[in-house]
Amino acid sequence: MSKVIGKRVTRVEDKRLLTGQGKYIDDIGTPPNTAHAAILRSPYPHAKIISIDYSEALKIPGVKGVVTGKDVQPLLNPFSVGVSAPVKYYPIAIDKVRYVGEPVAVVVAKNRYIAEDALEKIKVKYETLEPIVDIERALEEGAPILHENVGSNIANHRTFHYGDVDKAFQQADRIVKHRFHFPKYSATPVETYGIIAQYEESTDSYTIHANFHGPFVLHSIMAGALKVPSNRLRIIIPKDIGGSYGIKAGIFPYIVLCSVVSRLVGCPVKWIEDRQEHLAASSSCTDRVTYIEAAVRNDGKVLGLKMKIMDNVGAYIRAPEPACLYRNHANTTGAYDIPNLMLDAYAVMTNKLPTGLIRGYGGQETYFPLERIMQMIADELEMDPADVIRRNLIKKEQFPYKTASGGVYDSGDYEKAFDLLLKTGKYEEFRKKQIEARKKGKLLGVGLAVIVEPSGSNMGYITIALTPEERKAGLPKSGCTEAATISIDPMGNVNVRISTTPTGQGHETVASQIVSEILGIPHDKINVVAELDTATSAWSIASGSYSSRFASMGSSAVYYAAQKVKRKLIKIAAHLLQIDEDSLTIENGQIISKTDPSKSISIKRVAGSAHWNPLSLPEGMEPGIYETAYYTAQAEPPDDNDLINSSITYGFVADLVTVEIDPETGEIHILDYYTVHDAGKLLNPLIVDGQILGGLVHGLGGAMYEELVYDDKGQLLTGSFMDYLCPTATEIPRVTIKHIETPSPLTPLGAKGLGEGNTMSAPVVIANAVNDALKPYGVIIDSLPITPNKVWSMINQSTKQGVSS
Amino acid sequence: MSVHKIEVTINGKKYQEQVESRMLLSDFLRETCGLTGTHVGCEHGVCGACTIHLNGSAVRSCLIFAVQVDGQEITTVEGLAKDGELTPLQRNFIECHGLQCGFCTPGILMSTTDYLQKNPQPTLQEIKEMLSGHLCRCTGYEGIIKAIQKTVDENNHHYEAERR
Repeated sequence: MSKVIGKRVTRVEDKRLLTGQGKYIDDIGTPPNTAHAAILRSPYPHAKIISIDYSEALKIPGVKGVVTGKDVQPLLNPFSVGVSAPVKYYPIAIDKVRYVGEPVAVVVAKNRYIAEDALEKIKVKYETLEPIVDIERALEEGAPILHENVGSNIANHRTFHYGDVDKAFQQADRIVKHRFHFPKYSATPVETYGIIAQYEESTDSYTIHANFHGPFVLHSIMAGALKVPSNRLRIIIPKDIGGSYGIKAGIFPYIVLCSVVSRLVGCPVKWIEDRQEHLAASSSCTDRVTYIEAAVRNDGKVLGLKMKIMDNVGAYIRAPEPACLYRNHANTTGAYDIPNLMLDAYAVMTNKLPTGLIRGYGGQETYFPLERIMQMIADELEMDPADVIRRNLIKKEQFPYKTASGGVYDSGDYEKAFDLLLKTGKYEEFRKKQIEARKKGKLLGVGLAVIVEPSGSNMGYITIALTPEERKAGLPKSGCTEAATISIDPMGNVNVRISTTPTGQGHETVASQIVSEILGIPHDKINVVAELDTATSAWSIASGSYSSRFASMGSSAVYYAAQKVKRKLIKIAAHLLQIDEDSLTIENGQIISKTDPSKSISIKRVAGSAHWNPLSLPEGMEPGIYETAYYTAQAEPPDDNDLINSSITYGFVADLVTVEIDPETGEIHILDYYTVHDAGKLLNPLIVDGQILGGLVHGLGGAMYEELVYDDKGQLLTGSFMDYLCPTATEIPRVTIKHIETPSPLTPLGAKGLGEGNTMSAPVVIANAVNDALKPYGVIIDSLPITPNKVWSMINQSTKQGVSS
Repeated sequence: MSVHKIEVTINGKKYQEQVESRMLLSDFLRETCGLTGTHVGCEHGVCGACTIHLNGSAVRSCLIFAVQVDGQEITTVEGLAKDGELTPLQRNFIECHGLQCGFCTPGILMSTTDYLQKNPQPTLQEIKEMLSGHLCRCTGYEGIIKAIQKTVDENNHHYEAERR
């Protein structure tokens, strides 16, 4: 067991999950007298609520109460959000609805069947208003305004100038520019949101069980909305969560809603979201319009970039938005050495579902225009796209690399990884095949994309939404903290408590591997407790499982907690054995002298002494073995020039995708997907590849299948799994994964986060491959998803000849 | 709402319960019988998480009413392993990292177990087509497919060995 970190260890979580013994939110039981909530939702994207009559609903036997916005408003504050626009966002509509699916009333009844019956009896009168769903139209003069008190649909606007952009554009041989639109899509974990909320009047406190996955900075936002001190809002997260991919951060308005409903109706309230609700009214990524301009030299070198980015945050700007605009701020220039950057960033509100965290958060929106424009530069200069990439890649000797916008890329060897990609994907060979295929009337294409994968968010990055002057008014925010607790009981057995709210990533397994290696105990003998309880766990505002932070932050906290325990065990052993601490080491459950192996004592015995016989401990030592470590990475708040290192570690992903397109039908067949990763030191390669594949298929969905489609009247057209298409097993291409490891100098184990990289890269690399296949038609793919329908239309509307046939 | 008395055998045990006619089988299994291993992901028959065996065939329990199974035999994910001994398929899910969050897993195990009993030597494409009735958002399906293929290979070796 001496070397367990980095091994393909199978997971400790699996047996319970394979035998139906997982404990998800809907499996954990409820307090007596718990009633079930069902939510009446707006059928209109934009309307005034004139009246709500629920008298008939109350007559149904088993109904315990009905709650509307007017009932909850006196008990709540609007949610706080990190922008200066005065948007008032409550978890339920007060006098106006602003998207289809917005909660309008909540029925509480003996069971969900009765609650849903009662929804049909509620009569709501609306006065409809003109909706607006298009990002750019929402910015036009005379567009319908969602929030009258804000005065426009802009929730946030910031402009950033880094380096000398004007000079870069003057020196350029040419400017390559285009407009891109990234679609709104979702994450759709197979388990939906679930909450059990209980209000206790005597203490004016709320106890919540929910499959909330953090970040726990949202805890203070919830407590603020409920008008209670934060220690009167206890949130308990079950150990099993049925997937999240970011979206279960967005449960927080419903936590507040169920809390206040429990208070008003006077009983514990359980709510399990259904699938239609999830698609219409949980959360999603932003759709984004980007105008990108690249100042390019004729040898392919990019001297500078200008980007106008407009994120559609939906009907209300909701925490942690506008973070989607800024999460990738430090890595806006991706894997390239581009020192001059101008960014004009808008968060725009329209009559669509509010947005939030989704796997890749902002990355796919950022890299779609960036990696598309790199391919367009190659086309314009008649260069090979691989040569344009290579011309601009950050060189190994430049690390740690400072980006234009303040990022510090901790480590990497991008050229090595890129060369490995081209070799693995047989790039040159495919180019030859492509030429031959075109002669035969076949459409083959190859796409490339290189991206930097940020992980472990610097909690200060979100304040970049404010101007330096606005930031000065508040407490500076920085860092990226995670906590872990390790205890040893009187019989020498180990419990580990983590605060990373795993949603399938195997944190229990990896935590046990780390502790095993440090304490010399087999990993399957270690009990890892993944439940998080805000009243009893060690946690921080950064806790949770977002931003791929377990490998970088969570594992580091576990590592340091284990080191603390090890130091204490050795101190006690040295005292009991009457030998020097420095001569002791831990092996196979024994603390043993390095020079005289006959001198040893078991961990069980040492731990036993700490509990049963505290007087035997070294003088002044506390009894028991219970150590918490808080780990934080060096991450500064934004400076006066808006420079911000928005993440802690930065991995690298290089993708090569080959496609064949049927010119008759527009169908896209992915021949091969190659991906090369550098995520520093890998803690468990089995889990690593699982994370990569999952993220890749989510990205594939964004590229080709998934979209929350609204018509121009604001109606959602993809409200069920019949219309919202998630990739299934038959859609998955052949995937080849390769790794290189350049350890992070910032984390004790050298690990970086991963699992989001291909969600960021897949949409653009597939777009590049398809566009390459369609090159003879002279078309530009600038929106997603790329469906056969779109491809067929492009081919048929093209004025160019296409391939000879 | 009328109430019916039903008797159903689940994982070899008899359950005598009263159910409303509109109660879904998935809710009956989870709420009335306490068998929470069967998961509910969409309630419109797409995601496959709620798949169980009804008289030996894989079916979506969210698309069946509890009253319809009166007198029938059901197996849920809790009934796969016997005396704590995992089935070869379950073991291969561990070996091949065929699950992450585990929410879709029970349904996939039930479909696959039924499928392999009826089609012991499927091709890769046939495995994918069988699996396409299930949504998994964690794994990208590769670990699941590997686990199924490994089970098929082991069965074939076993079969070959017996023939020799």
